[in-house]
Amino acid sequence: MPPAVSFQNVARHFGTVRAVDAVDLDIAAGEFFAMLGPSGSGKTTCLRLIAGFEQPTAGHIEIFGETAEGVPPYQRQVNTVFQDYALFPHMTILDNVAYGLMVKGVDKSTRHRKAEEALALVALGGYGARRPGQLSGGQRQRVALARALVNEPKVLLLDEPLGALDLKLREQMQVELKSLQRQLGITFVFVTHDQGEALSMADRVAVFNEGKIVQVGTPEEVYEQPRTRFVASFVGSSNVLAPDVSSKLGGPAKWVSLRPERISMGGKGIAANITSVHYQGATTKIHAVVDGGHSIIAAVPAGGFTGQEKTTLSWPKNAMHVLDGEA
Amino acid sequence: MRSDASRPAWWLSAATIAALLFIHVPLLLIIVYSFSADVSFQFPPSGYTTQWYGEAWQRQDMWDALWLSMRVATIATLIALVLGTLAAAALWKSKFFGKDYVSLLFILPIALPGIITGIALRSAFNIMDIPFSIWTIVLGHATFCIVVVYNNALARFRRLSGSMIEASMDLGADGFQTFRYVVLPQIGSALLAGGMLAFALSFDEVIVTVFTNGLENKTLPIWIFEQLFRPRERPVTNVAAVLVMVVTLVPVLADYYLTRDAEHTGGAGK
Amino acid sequence: MSLAATDARSGVLRGISDWLFRKPNYFLLLLFIPPILWLGVVYVGSLLVLLAHAFFSIDEFSGFIVYEWTFSSIAQLFQPANIDVIIRTIVMAAAVTIASAIIAYPLAYFAARYAKGKWKAVFYLMIMLPLWSSYLVKVYSWKLILAREGIISWLAAKLHLSWALDGLLATPIIGGPSLSTSYIGTFIVFVYIWLPYMILPTQAALERVPTNLIEASADLGGKPSQTFRHVLWPLALPGLVAGSIFTFSLTLGDYIIPQVVGGSQQYLGSVVYLQQGTAGNVPLAAAFTIVPIVIMILYLTAAKRMGAFDAL
Repeated sequence: MPPAVSFQNVARHFGTVRAVDAVDLDIAAGEFFAMLGPSGSGKTTCLRLIAGFEQPTAGHIEIFGETAEGVPPYQRQVNTVFQDYALFPHMTILDNVAYGLMVKGVDKSTRHRKAEEALALVALGGYGARRPGQLSGGQRQRVALARALVNEPKVLLLDEPLGALDLKLREQMQVELKSLQRQLGITFVFVTHDQGEALSMADRVAVFNEGKIVQVGTPEEVYEQPRTRFVASFVGSSNVLAPDVSSKLGGPAKWVSLRPERISMGGKGIAANITSVHYQGATTKIHAVVDGGHSIIAAVPAGGFTGQEKTTLSWPKNAMHVLDGEA
Repeated sequence: MRSDASRPAWWLSAATIAALLFIHVPLLLIIVYSFSADVSFQFPPSGYTTQWYGEAWQRQDMWDALWLSMRVATIATLIALVLGTLAAAALWKSKFFGKDYVSLLFILPIALPGIITGIALRSAFNIMDIPFSIWTIVLGHATFCIVVVYNNALARFRRLSGSMIEASMDLGADGFQTFRYVVLPQIGSALLAGGMLAFALSFDEVIVTVFTNGLENKTLPIWIFEQLFRPRERPVTNVAAVLVMVVTLVPVLADYYLTRDAEHTGGAGK
Repeated sequence: MSLAATDARSGVLRGISDWLFRKPNYFLLLLFIPPILWLGVVYVGSLLVLLAHAFFSIDEFSGFIVYEWTFSSIAQLFQPANIDVIIRTIVMAAAVTIASAIIAYPLAYFAARYAKGKWKAVFYLMIMLPLWSSYLVKVYSWKLILAREGIISWLAAKLHLSWALDGLLATPIIGGPSLSTSYIGTFIVFVYIWLPYMILPTQAALERVPTNLIEASADLGGKPSQTFRHVLWPLALPGLVAGSIFTFSLTLGDYIIPQVVGGSQQYLGSVVYLQQGTAGNVPLAAAFTIVPIVIMILYLTAAKRMGAFDAL
């Protein structure tokens, strides 16, 4: 089976701005794929390239083996859940969800039935007669999801789907989206700037920066083995140590990344003065300064901090991961 | 001046009321005068009567003028709806060299005094030997009606979220379908409102019409204008004036309710 | 597995849609051309024809237009009588604009800041309805009001203020035999007719001032008068300027109001009307129209710089 989405040296320039700059990408069929990066990194443009709202300035895009350039969005079997949901305010929820079927000429009873099924899938069965203005943000998002899914797309695109929801709702939706994707088996591609979201939902993550993909891998790979300083500090928080600092602290003379949660306090280790403490419930973040003036951040589990001003820090040898990529 | 008070200063309220009275009393007086028993402008009237309404009812020339005004306004409004909406759709999201000048072009017909539009059209008709007819009147009216519809449509387009159009295409609707199912229902009320305003404007128009109508084609305002110089027919003129007020009242109210409701059916997406 | 969905739609419309999607510029052009054609050809075209006439002249004996380039028509503008007319019109336009602004501001301010909910709608209607009711009707109503036997005289008599009225009418230059045949009368009618054009943009501009700006000013120690001078006034100004575009321009070109209410003085508009009509001197009429066109272009450029266009 060909990959669901394939980018071959794709570029999208806007005048002198290189929104997407020579991107190669293969998304496997049935994957839950995340495109992660800060604003302006090109991830959203890539999503729009898949959807068909942008055309590449250079390079080649294939969707399930078929050329995608030049094909308008309404002819692609790709559907999008928009960041602002983009529900049609002048239609009922049912008509919103059935829209894609309506424009394809499906008869009324069939499309209404399918729309009801889609709404039930997102736990909004029976909401069909209402209007978008009457729903909450979370509900509107589910409607947008149903509206896309009812068309049985080959690829489902989600543009920062959870950004506008509050924390509890977000966590709940993460679980639901993941199980929905497993259940349907459709390729999901979603864009986010929230690395926690990417890590918890995706099968694979592509980290974007300045129009390029900096690293692609499973969440574990991207988190535990970042390739570059950017990935190390963007995905989770990390102590990114310069070569000289690293060697002083017992590691190799190269750029390394040291995750705060791998650091233990007390016992045999490097002496450090604690400068500030941030209680975060499950963990406590400790900012400390070691000999030489270098600051290290450690994350200890609850109860690990008992008010001391000086401590010793230690970590396993393999916790210092070498960053072999550029920047 | 207390600019942060939750209750207005007394003199502010007084000024406001005075201004409102200033605006409305003259119109009320016309209605009063149309029932006056006198032929002169005497106030207060010596008596009240509805005879002028009866006389006006008989005036065929007034009815002809009214009918012509209706036809002109309808045609001009239809032209304006099409062209104004096209222009607003084109200018809404596009960026191109000279866009500012084009926007200026769409303000000129109402920024320049009407007399200029009037005699410009007239001299153009003369040079091209075009005889005066209902179409010359329509030509003049449609020009500023386009501007009115354009402004209304543009304001409404700006409130349309671009992602909705993308969503429609994403779901499989091509351009025409998107326009029919998504765009048109949303801008429909604004178009209707703009159309109503254009109709009212055209119906009432006299400044430009003076130059673009021939001797046989009198719109109602032209008819009233000529009547103004016939003192003995004054009472009938009053009745015609009340008639114009009533006819233009309907589209203006309709426009108001349409644009107001449109804001309540929003709640698009998120 | 085909990329294209199995859709029931195919054929001409879908093909056109595809083509337009691939060539967005053509689509824009298609949208654009009809209205531009109309405005460009009908409106701008006839404007140019008119302006061209300013460079022609009429043969004094036959009265026909002589189609030869000359500056003689434009030169006639500088005759003292014509200069008088131009100055008179500009002064009237300025006076009307200022008076409208003074009357409009409190009303706009009240409507923007103190009218809530239902009252907002009421205010809006009360300002809009007269705007859209017939221009001619309104002018005509003032003819009734200002007439010698009309309501003002009656009111003045009732309030024992007839002497004040007569005194006003006796004022040199702006007075006259009756209100309806004097500068004062013309002035009042102009202000009345154009007032809504001044109120609406001003109100819109004032409504756009977020309340928290006023609160911020007070929080930082500003007295109410300072808040007005430094916050409210500058933010309302674009609205006033936008309104003034209309009051100024409409007064400049109006030829009906001076005929209905006013003495025998000539204004730009009435001169143009006369010249192109009974006098048959279209070139001179065209020459006169250059004055308001130039003034308005200058005015519009200045207004645009003040941000008035965003307030329209």
